[in-house]
Amino acid sequence: MPQVDTEAVTGLLAQFEERRSSLIPILQEVQNNYRYLPQPVLKQISVRLHLPLADVYHVATFYNCFTLQPVGKNLVQVCLGTACHVRGAPKVLDRVLSDLKLSQPGTTGDCEYTVRTVRCIGCCGLAPVVRVNDNTHPHMNQAKVKGMLKKYYSKQAARTSG
Amino acid sequence: MPRLNSVKEMEDFRATCLAGRDANKPCLTVCAGSGCVAAGSLTVLEKLRAEVNKRGLEGQIDVKSTGCHGFCERGPVMIVWPEGTFYNQVAAKNVVDIVNSVSNGHKPVEALLYKDPTTGKKYEHEHEVPFYAHQQRVLFGNNGRIDPKDITDYLRVGGYQSLAKVLSKMTPDDVVDSITRSGLRGRGGAGFPTGMKWSLCRKNGKPNGHGEIERYVICNADEGDPGAFMDRSLLEGNPHSVIEGMLIGAFALGAKEGYVYVRAEYPLAVEHLKVAIQQAEEHGILGDSVLGSGMGFRLKIVQGAGAFVCGEETALIASIEGRVGEPHPRPPYPAQKGLYGKPTIINNVKTWASVGHIIGRGWEWYSSIGTEKSKGTMVFSLVGKINNTGLVEVPMGITLREMIYEIGGGIPNGRELKAVQIGGPSGGCIPADLIDLPIDYEQLTKAGSMMGSGGMVVMDDSTCMVDLARYFMEFLEDESCGLCFPCREGTQRMKEILTRICEGGGHEDDLQTLEDLGWVMKETSLCGLGQTAANPVLTTLRYFRNEYLAHIRDEVCPAKVCKKLIMYEIQPTMCNGCGACVAVCAGTAILGEKSKPHKIDQAKCTKCGACLEVCQPNAVLVS
Repeated sequence: MPQVDTEAVTGLLAQFEERRSSLIPILQEVQNNYRYLPQPVLKQISVRLHLPLADVYHVATFYNCFTLQPVGKNLVQVCLGTACHVRGAPKVLDRVLSDLKLSQPGTTGDCEYTVRTVRCIGCCGLAPVVRVNDNTHPHMNQAKVKGMLKKYYSKQAARTSG
Repeated sequence: MPRLNSVKEMEDFRATCLAGRDANKPCLTVCAGSGCVAAGSLTVLEKLRAEVNKRGLEGQIDVKSTGCHGFCERGPVMIVWPEGTFYNQVAAKNVVDIVNSVSNGHKPVEALLYKDPTTGKKYEHEHEVPFYAHQQRVLFGNNGRIDPKDITDYLRVGGYQSLAKVLSKMTPDDVVDSITRSGLRGRGGAGFPTGMKWSLCRKNGKPNGHGEIERYVICNADEGDPGAFMDRSLLEGNPHSVIEGMLIGAFALGAKEGYVYVRAEYPLAVEHLKVAIQQAEEHGILGDSVLGSGMGFRLKIVQGAGAFVCGEETALIASIEGRVGEPHPRPPYPAQKGLYGKPTIINNVKTWASVGHIIGRGWEWYSSIGTEKSKGTMVFSLVGKINNTGLVEVPMGITLREMIYEIGGGIPNGRELKAVQIGGPSGGCIPADLIDLPIDYEQLTKAGSMMGSGGMVVMDDSTCMVDLARYFMEFLEDESCGLCFPCREGTQRMKEILTRICEGGGHEDDLQTLEDLGWVMKETSLCGLGQTAANPVLTTLRYFRNEYLAHIRDEVCPAKVCKKLIMYEIQPTMCNGCGACVAVCAGTAILGEKSKPHKIDQAKCTKCGACLEVCQPNAVLVS
């Protein structure tokens, strides 16, 4: 997980206008950099935009693409759009969760994977799809899940876990 | 890169662009839309370029990436121009053959031509393939021809001609009049007449200190309906057509600033739009004086942050202003009081893209397409249990039968059509016996559904309608912003009841409760999300009541989907003991020796269904 560098954040905030409409673009930029919204950064944003911290949290928790929890090395997004649903996405999700020993979407203990569900990434023609980081895996089924996850398991983690 | 200071300069530049390219020079256009990219089109593109370079043919063969061609099922797809030869399911290994064919007299590569799965007939050109033959591609027609990241490509196909016409020959009143007469209605779903919206906006607004009336135009590209991707494909494939429409709108309304609100889940659309805006600025098509006319117009991109409710116009405005996406009651409509309190026009991507065509070819032409009250073409994303998944643009009034069987190629695996879900979570399910229904705004509303933004999910007899209703309710419960009570509580209660029915714990009274809740939500919710949230439930209750009753009375799921109501078994006579199921079983529930019939331990079975997916001899039975 990257450390929060206060100065870097100040630099980032300086690129945006000091107005309310900058709030969501700022949060998106922070989310892009850290893959989550660290608490100290939210405080800095509140000061910079002269908004109550509660307002910043209100927006940060309202929208789906923001998260206050750190994300694992690999972000596994299982699409649950309608086309994926009727072609078996719920089963793929169950299998992803059970293979990673998660009871619900979240981050694995070793911080290797974070599983999230998304509602349609617009690849309905290839349903069901799973997006891992920037790669879209088309025509998924339960049998393909294990191999797909393995591909992203980092070598470092494999070494430390023996 | 020339800055174009007048309409004439643009026309001269267009002529230069056209002259700069030999129309007979072979050009390979490879689809680089999200679907084809996921299927590997970028590798194909890279290999094609490398192969052309290797043979020193750069000067003789062009290779370019284009936006979505629509036939996602067969991706990666590509076209060889000028012949228009259409190849599907192209892989890196075919690259040498393709380049050979192009450099040796254009004999098509047989293996890559589209072959109709039922008749076995092969088709050489895109427009002959049945999937395309029944379409009328007004908005999407140029997607397969132009490189979305190259403004000169858009100019070559006649782009920005409508803008030129507006700037040189029309008044704002003429523009609004043309749009009104064309019969164009909002393509975002509700179908409000676009011209009427624009006139309302023009009547509103007070001059500021400089004597100017501030107005805004916004493009709603927050395509949140799960199962729909036409707005994405249009922005990815032809972003300038949307920009041109917005420029014409800005001219008519006197807007100096515009926004495109696009989902962050669509990174490629954002990227292409950014490039398009930058190129339009560099050419003087966007900026302080559009083509030297003195009219100023700036366009900005705002990325959504993942909230379905932001597709609702007042919530979208709140989101641009940096607030949570909570809607407010209308009136006042955004056309009266919108972004930062100023009159604002919000139109869908397809609506904006239609504007240029209406101005360019005349409202008479546009209004000749479609039905009495629904004019023009509509784009649907045809997905689900259908052979030819993809984007389809058809004239309004086409029947569902033509959509599903002629264009869509029917239902896979010889199964039967059960229903079509149109309009996403706000729409409804149309049963198979209404298949001859002509698709337009009025007919769909009469059937209890709605046009929505164009998602069309086809379902066969293996889809459970109760489970589907539960699925949509779960989505809507999640996406309800929570501001108004009927939507917040209604979606929660309905989901609870539907879940209970799916698990075999339903009562017959539940159906009445669902209907009552549905009508209350329809009548009393604050915004469109809540007002339409009950549609999937109400329509499935209307057309598939027996399926609900089977779950409740007999505790049976006829489609064999609801986990708690089904059981997996292996038929010993059919099992060859290959062990494929043992390897995938999530619950280590399958027992048996290699090469001998296997058995499922029901106590351990998690009902994941993986055994059914992998079983070659089809020995797994669901009951």
